[in-house]
Amino acid sequence: MASHIVTAFENELREINRKVAEMGGLAEKSVVDSIDALIKRDTILAQRVIAGDTRLDQLQREIEDDAITLIAKRQPLAVDLREVVSAIRICNDLERVGDLAKNTAKRVLALKGEYQAPALLRGVEHMSEIVLEQLKEVLDAFGARDAARAMAVWKRDGAVDDLYTSLFRELLTYMMEDPRQITMCTHLLFAAKNVERIGDHATNIAETVHYLVVGEQLADERPKSDASSMTTVAYPKG
Amino acid sequence: MTAMSSVSIKTTIAAKPEFKFGKNKVSANNVNVFYGDKHALKDVTVNIPEKAVMAFIGPSGCGKSTFLRCLNRMNDTIPIAKVTGKVEIDNQDIYDKALDVVQLRARVGMVFQKPNPFPKSIYENIAYGPKIHGLAASKSDLNEIVEASLKKAGLWDEVKDRLSDSGTGLSGGQQQRLCIARAIAVSPEIILMDEPCSALDPIATARIEELIDELRENFTIVIVTHSMQQAARVSQRTAFFHLGVLVEEGTTDTIFTNPNDSRTQDYITGRFG
Ligand SMILES: Nc1ncnc2c1ncn2[C@@H]1O[C@H](COP(=O)(O)OP(=O)(O)OP(=O)(O)O)[C@@H](O)[C@H]1O
Ligand SMILES: [Mg+2]
Repeated sequence: MASHIVTAFENELREINRKVAEMGGLAEKSVVDSIDALIKRDTILAQRVIAGDTRLDQLQREIEDDAITLIAKRQPLAVDLREVVSAIRICNDLERVGDLAKNTAKRVLALKGEYQAPALLRGVEHMSEIVLEQLKEVLDAFGARDAARAMAVWKRDGAVDDLYTSLFRELLTYMMEDPRQITMCTHLLFAAKNVERIGDHATNIAETVHYLVVGEQLADERPKSDASSMTTVAYPKG
Repeated sequence: MTAMSSVSIKTTIAAKPEFKFGKNKVSANNVNVFYGDKHALKDVTVNIPEKAVMAFIGPSGCGKSTFLRCLNRMNDTIPIAKVTGKVEIDNQDIYDKALDVVQLRARVGMVFQKPNPFPKSIYENIAYGPKIHGLAASKSDLNEIVEASLKKAGLWDEVKDRLSDSGTGLSGGQQQRLCIARAIAVSPEIILMDEPCSALDPIATARIEELIDELRENFTIVIVTHSMQQAARVSQRTAFFHLGVLVEEGTTDTIFTNPNDSRTQDYITGRFG
């Protein structure tokens, strides 16, 4: 696409995009580190994730300020308008992703000295691998302005929800079997929920990329299937 | 479960309810205009819906004013101009030899970029048209038309105590509203506005835009503007002209958020001049 006649406009849009990309990188890293910290019970890493969230919050505020100033000054239209709206939306999602990673990291601190059970961690680990891949894919799709790639991410969100529902069931079962695992399992359940919601934000971003590229809101319903709110597990007899 | 995003998707753009277009008031078919050898307008085909505002946008010299002048045969007054093709209003060919041009111009009013009140009283500025078109049977009829037109144009309260003052003594914004009142006074069906706000400050502009919004209930309005934001604010349909060609026409929401043609996109986003 040709450049704007006003070069300052071009530079302002580029700067907003650069900040969104920086947020994307930081958000991804904080998710990776939070899960790593959880698996390895690494409180130092967890603390680093918690401290790192400030930068994400700050970037989000900056992007919003920049975008508002740009709208007031330039009154962007068509693809420029969609660029600015998308930046605001994506930076909100990424800021939330950072918060969720931070929440998981705080749980690592709370789990200090708790009962160790590596088997319990495997499910959460597996789920977060999938969600991380989704997040990485959707950020790449945003960088490349690739709607088809974003839609592929969007379609896969149902699988994450299925995983969460089965993990939920599994953790409930562990808790019933051995009450000493309740603290651990509860924290893991919330960590898993965090991961699942990070997946939802990846899906939000996919919708934004679609809107940015195609120019229309996605009309379809999301492929949602989180059934944990209706899931029960029967008490083992005897 | 859907994660909450603090910016709602649905409300970011075009939250207003969908506009329902009525029947077509004007249809232009393969209209060409030549000024001597210069081919200024090329095969323009477009429909203009009634009781709505249609905006014409495009770079300087692309033919917006030329096309506007085709709709009330103002090009007839330019000796070197030649118009071909067909323009119909309510399915009636306005270039038909039997058609009375004076009558046509009463049906299709025009407001220009620079307010151009007659050097007469405010009252006379409005009364002139209805008088020559024989629209008022008596002096009190005429008074009524003058008052109603000034009211519709949002100028009545400002001038009711000085109707005999000269129209040229008003401020620019007031003069432009006077010209709109003058256009309305002959009960036109269509009002053509060629950059009506380009000489006005933001407040006067806002008044005119508010007025256009009200007028569209009863009139078909076509406006040429260089302000993309103005086109986006006041119109329901927008047509983009470039080098004498109508490049793209559609609902205003679509043109300004997601235009089809890359030339439209480049123009409205300021990527070429
Ligand atoms: N009376 C005329 N005699 C000769 N050429 C003319 C005449 N009026 C317009 N033109 C030419 O026709 C082309 C279209 O002019 P027009 O005035 O319709 O453009 P426009 O889109 O209204 O531009 P602007 O935004 O500057 O008002 C231009 O190249 C112009 O030079
Ligand atoms: Mg013009």
